[in-house]
Amino acid sequence: MAVTIEAEAPEAKKVPVHQPVARIALIGNPNSGKTSLFNQLTGLNQKVGNFPGVTVDKKTGISHLTPQLKAQIIDLPGSYSLYPKSLDERVIIDLLYDPVLKNRPDLVIVTADASNLKRNLLLFTQLADLRIPAVLALNMMDVAETEGVKIDVEALQRDLGVPVIPMNARKGIGIAALKILVSQQLSATEVAFFEVPANLRPMVDQIKERFSLNNDYLALHYAHQYKHLRFLSEEDKVWVAQLLEAQGFKSTTEQANETIARYVRINEVLLDAVRVEKAKEEEKFSNKLDQILTHRVYGYLIFMGLLFLVFQAVFAWASYPMDLIDEGIAALNSLIQANFNGPLINLLTEGVIAGLGGVLIFIPQIAILFAFIAILEETGYMARVTFMMDKIMRKFGLNGKSVVPLISGVACAVPAVMSARTIENWKDRMITIFVTPLMSCSARIPVYTVLIALVVPEVYYLGFMNLQGIVLMGLYLLGFLSAILSALLLKVLLKARERSYFIMEFPVYRMPRWKNVGLTIFEKSRTFVLEAGKIIVAVSIILWVLASYGPGDSFERAEERAVAEAEVKGLGEEQTNNLISSYQLESSYAGKFGHAIEPAIRPLGYDWKIGIALLTSFAAREVFVGTISTIYSIGEEENVTTIKDKLMSEKDADGNPFFTPARAFSLLIFYAFAMQCISTLAIVRRETKSWMWPLAQLVYMTGLAYVSAFAVFQLMS
Amino acid sequence: MQYRGTACILQLFINSLNKRREIVRNRIQKSQDQKSVRDLKIGESGEISSLNDPEMALKLLEMGCIPGAEVKLNSKAPFGDPVTIIVNDYTLSLRLDEAETILLK
Repeated sequence: MAVTIEAEAPEAKKVPVHQPVARIALIGNPNSGKTSLFNQLTGLNQKVGNFPGVTVDKKTGISHLTPQLKAQIIDLPGSYSLYPKSLDERVIIDLLYDPVLKNRPDLVIVTADASNLKRNLLLFTQLADLRIPAVLALNMMDVAETEGVKIDVEALQRDLGVPVIPMNARKGIGIAALKILVSQQLSATEVAFFEVPANLRPMVDQIKERFSLNNDYLALHYAHQYKHLRFLSEEDKVWVAQLLEAQGFKSTTEQANETIARYVRINEVLLDAVRVEKAKEEEKFSNKLDQILTHRVYGYLIFMGLLFLVFQAVFAWASYPMDLIDEGIAALNSLIQANFNGPLINLLTEGVIAGLGGVLIFIPQIAILFAFIAILEETGYMARVTFMMDKIMRKFGLNGKSVVPLISGVACAVPAVMSARTIENWKDRMITIFVTPLMSCSARIPVYTVLIALVVPEVYYLGFMNLQGIVLMGLYLLGFLSAILSALLLKVLLKARERSYFIMEFPVYRMPRWKNVGLTIFEKSRTFVLEAGKIIVAVSIILWVLASYGPGDSFERAEERAVAEAEVKGLGEEQTNNLISSYQLESSYAGKFGHAIEPAIRPLGYDWKIGIALLTSFAAREVFVGTISTIYSIGEEENVTTIKDKLMSEKDADGNPFFTPARAFSLLIFYAFAMQCISTLAIVRRETKSWMWPLAQLVYMTGLAYVSAFAVFQLMS
Repeated sequence: MQYRGTACILQLFINSLNKRREIVRNRIQKSQDQKSVRDLKIGESGEISSLNDPEMALKLLEMGCIPGAEVKLNSKAPFGDPVTIIVNDYTLSLRLDEAETILLK
């Protein structure tokens, strides 16, 4: 079955007719260097889209095989066989078995770890039996060599019936040869690795006839996987189910037999083509390192140390570029405002540009966190973290891999939710994403600081334990406890979509590939800006409009009222301006909203002024402080002491201080739990590809916040 | 209302612990029948005879745990679970209840 490389219809417009675009799929075991090869082939010409209907990223890229010939490269999820064990792996069969021939790839490049050929060849033999034109990229030849594995490429080529390219994708060795090879027209192998057993023949023949297939093995896969094949109609599925029933087909047994038969066959091939020369070394370097890195004491200490470093980096180092972005946006805004005027300019500066600033500000944190995560993944350390934490996390419906998102959540939930990608199991991943925003993030700190300073005296115990510090720590602990208890609740409520496996390859330690690290950072930042960014900017603009405009001439009247009052009190220019802003905010739509929700928040001890702050800080929690400053006409004051003094002097209707401990603690608890962050909602929407999850989070967290704040206020007052 | 919620969560947790105990009891009974990877000591090896969980078996087979292959218990996580095993010269990590399905000769 020779394959002619044909131009795809939509691409044909862009490229001249004599430059056809071939579609090449990359497929291979996890840890077989597939990502490195993809990066080598495509460089920055990558695009992340979606596979239809599932939440799996589809990475595609354009590679210039020869100066005249381009190819579209599709990176498929790592898999051990064509029988998918996870939702991710199902996209492979969706693509390869697509009944529309032109949707299938013209060629597959199978990556295999040369130092571990036996298991890597299992997937290859399945693809070969489907008669898909294939090339075997024998990756990691250097590792194989140091381990004394000698591969006779000629013999392997002969036994497998396809071209075999020894290579080292990390260093780019063999890429040129691979490109030249795949630019030629290749045919599928003639070698068969597995014959459909005689007792299954009648069934296979019937399936072939009904679906007009010409490949026995493909027909067998229809029998095994008909339930998951997206292109089969309900009617087809019923037909297959009845056929299997009639034939007494046992999918599990047949699959097990097939796998064993394939291994027998692979052993024959390897006997011919591979020799292991070096006697077994005493102990691998990786194993020695593991004795320290997964040690019951040092293992956790080292992990804690690393977490501390990551946390420091995301928290402290990121603040420099974040300040730069902040100042840059402010400078740009004042430059525009100094030169232009009018309501549209206000919309541009305070609405659009400020909203954009709110998106860009996250990039340093995302970039730094993903730099660390990529390095930990690349070196193989992440597998050890999972290994050490799994038993503890499993108790709470989480997974060893949930540790990183949860801890990162203390800095910022946005990159933390994105980092939950590494969790393969759907249920574990959803639980992790759901509870991560309960961890107290850095945006809560300004709110905490102001409120704690207001009601908690600065007392020291034992000379060093600051009471304010203890309260702050208590709030972090509260966040952590609510996160794991919510996880426990979800563990019971949520139904698993697939069986949870922990079985995974324990990779050997390796140096990180910096190109892959760089591309991960670039990719994650871009995804955030493009996907979550639009939602954040849109909501920021809406909130800005609500806070800047009021019905009718209410703004003018608010200004007149403020000016009149200022004259009576004999206030200076700056104080008068602060009073005007305060009255204007009160008469804005946001102010109306504050008044409207006052009955609902009164049981928590809040008034309409706090109601306004709750609305405006929905964009981001730290906005609370700014809004409170405006509404209490404090002005553009960042100093905690000034805000504190002003708030302290605020009186309620009876002339008593408004900010009692009960009110302040009620607010603290509210901000600890409430989902006051559109960026997080936007990124959860992006990561779960559904509005259901962010909405459920919003309702759950706000509900939890409301109930808890209510309890605190009622108990304390 | 808050209190009820906490009590409910606590009850769920206790239930899950009880369920665990039941599983452990069953396991003790099972282990008297046949030796599995679970029963190996660190550094000890055995030969795989069969895999007794059909669904898990498919995954294990793909990863190279074929009957007849030699399997060595390489290490255990700090709390005894999960473990790592060496099959065909490479290391796999798996949970104890997964290791238990790999029966030895």
